[in-house]
Amino acid sequence: MTLSDLVKSFGLTIEAGRDRLREEVTGGYASDLLSDVIAHGRKGNVWITIQTHPNIVAVATMKELSGIVLTGGRQPEAETVQKAEQEGIPILSSPLFTFELIGRLYQMGILGMSPC
Amino acid sequence: MRPRAVVKQALAMGLDMIAICDHNSAENAASFMGAGSEGGLTVLPGMEVTSKEEIHLIALFSKHEDCMALQDFIYRNLPGENVENVFGRQTKVNEKDETIGINRKMLIGATLLPIEQIVSVVGSLGGVAIASHIDRQAFSLLGQLGFIPEGIALDGLEISPRTSEEEARGRFHPYRRFSFVRSSDAHYLRDIGKSFTHFLLDKTTAEEVKMALHRQEGRKVMEQ
Repeated sequence: MTLSDLVKSFGLTIEAGRDRLREEVTGGYASDLLSDVIAHGRKGNVWITIQTHPNIVAVATMKELSGIVLTGGRQPEAETVQKAEQEGIPILSSPLFTFELIGRLYQMGILGMSPC
Repeated sequence: MRPRAVVKQALAMGLDMIAICDHNSAENAASFMGAGSEGGLTVLPGMEVTSKEEIHLIALFSKHEDCMALQDFIYRNLPGENVENVFGRQTKVNEKDETIGINRKMLIGATLLPIEQIVSVVGSLGGVAIASHIDRQAFSLLGQLGFIPEGIALDGLEISPRTSEEEARGRFHPYRRFSFVRSSDAHYLRDIGKSFTHFLLDKTTAEEVKMALHRQEGRKVMEQ
């Protein structure tokens, strides 16, 4: 499943990285603490979060995530969009709250990683 | 942001005292203090610590060795290695602005320490503990927790340049028991002095700053 599939299935808004949506999603990770994503995120994961500041792009780049989905209708800050375009990190937005979005992603087959 | 350049800019902006607060580290503090001493500017050694809740806390000291004691504690509780191509190179410099080493720790990361423990340790080392940029959503005490825990031994709350004094007094009325400070949080030379706190002190030391924040013995934060 690609990010493009997720955009279509969930009506996600594309905030950045429009041309990188063919990335294959390897699984999902949900956290609003960047240090937690740094510790446990895996390459190709789609990151579900409410954090909208530019540092999320650095984390996504570092962990080679396939993209970021902001929940609750949140939009990335202007600087975040700028950095995301620079680094080629897709940022999408969903009106759903985190719990609801993840439940639906899981049902679609986007699974989490097993604990270390 | 090398020692001599920073000191020169601070003096040009009319500052009497600055604090160097790198993330989770103070290995450059001595070099900046030396450059300050040479140039006639008080430089306090400090650190901006990231708690496990990803709250930023400013710690200020008068004495280098007290700051180093905090650094030891932080280093023992800071996992990870820096990823230079993402976060940049973390250089150690001397008083002459020369690079003398590289820091390999993930200084941009979070420690394993809860905020209250960090505040407590800073206090026990005689330092000043100020919650960073509480007016901002990211990495701030209010942003991360939504409230200030009862009984936390903070000395002050920092308001970033993004929020005016007037707006801060309105928004943070519930927290007026704490003193507010303003600083530039300069990551670039051009930002030094953009925002500052005007204190009434007897001497430019961290102890005096602490007294001012607690409105003790005539020391205080002057209204802007």
